[in-house]
Amino acid sequence: MDTVILYIAAITLFVVSLFRDRTKTKQALIKGLRALEGIMPQFLVVLVLVAMALAVFSPQTISRYLGAGSGFLGVILAGLVGSITLIPGFVAFPAAGELLRNGAGTIQIASFVSTLMMVGVVTLPMEMKVFGKRAAIARNSLAFVFSFIAAAFVAWVVQL
Amino acid sequence: MSILHILKRYCSALVALIVLGVFALVFPSLAPRAGQSLLSQATTMLLVVPPIFLLLGLLDVWVPREMLIRFMGEGSGFKGPFLAFLLGSAAAGPLYGAFSVAAVLMKKGASFMNILIFIGAWSTTKLPMILLEMNALGFRFALARLAIDIPGIILIALAMKAVVPKAEIERIYAEAAKEKPIGPKAQAAMKAKK
Repeated sequence: MDTVILYIAAITLFVVSLFRDRTKTKQALIKGLRALEGIMPQFLVVLVLVAMALAVFSPQTISRYLGAGSGFLGVILAGLVGSITLIPGFVAFPAAGELLRNGAGTIQIASFVSTLMMVGVVTLPMEMKVFGKRAAIARNSLAFVFSFIAAAFVAWVVQL
Repeated sequence: MSILHILKRYCSALVALIVLGVFALVFPSLAPRAGQSLLSQATTMLLVVPPIFLLLGLLDVWVPREMLIRFMGEGSGFKGPFLAFLLGSAAAGPLYGAFSVAAVLMKKGASFMNILIFIGAWSTTKLPMILLEMNALGFRFALARLAIDIPGIILIALAMKAVVPKAEIERIYAEAAKEKPIGPKAQAAMKAKK
């Protein structure tokens, strides 16, 4: 759905641009392709790392360790799994909902969802290329810590 | 680009593929799931990422630096963070797409704070994702997360500004400004136009 909107926006602007100035549009296209090729080497590495991580951590394995009774350790574990994996939201949310209905704890799932979105260990090489080592590591560490605060808050609101 | 150059650029990717091959041979039971994930990730990439990069190119070419500085630069006041939130939330696609967009925004003079807010918004407050989250995890869960994430994004951005030294910020801005020149053909076309 959001992809469709994205395509409509991109194509509309591209056509408008084409009418206004052909050379500029061509330049834009080249720049876009350049940037895309620029992230390719790192992206391929990410792809492989994620494939292996997801193969090792199956949903069954995850739900076994993230039960409502798994406590603090479960929250940390959920945060670590969320940080490492890279799953698109439209796959992750239904899966997280399924885990929740199968007895995973709210705080554990919230920690998983939050780190999944904010922390990207496997995409670190791509982030470092733009932001440098220091800023990239700082952002991910801060987001990791914040995710536990967010998870505690979400769990608190849900049980209100 | 010579073949050697390309090979050097893709060296780590090749190593990763070899590691994956070894992984599949050592754990044959896990191989199908790894392959499936590889395929689905690659599909997402091919589906979602191209329009982001097309928009990025258009942004780069059409939006003048002065205008972007006015809206998202150091002295943009409340406009900057607001716009950064809007841009990030309206985006679609995985976070790694945001890094390339951030590089262009930096080149055009957006402030570091606004870049950080943009990255934060792209990572968590995307509107379509929130609707999906409400559906899957419940209304309360999604809204509570949104409510804590908005101040969280700002807090992280402020902390980053304090943690990352000024010299390092200047270095990454210089790096973003240093863009490969466009090909000779396009340059010739630009000249001919002038």
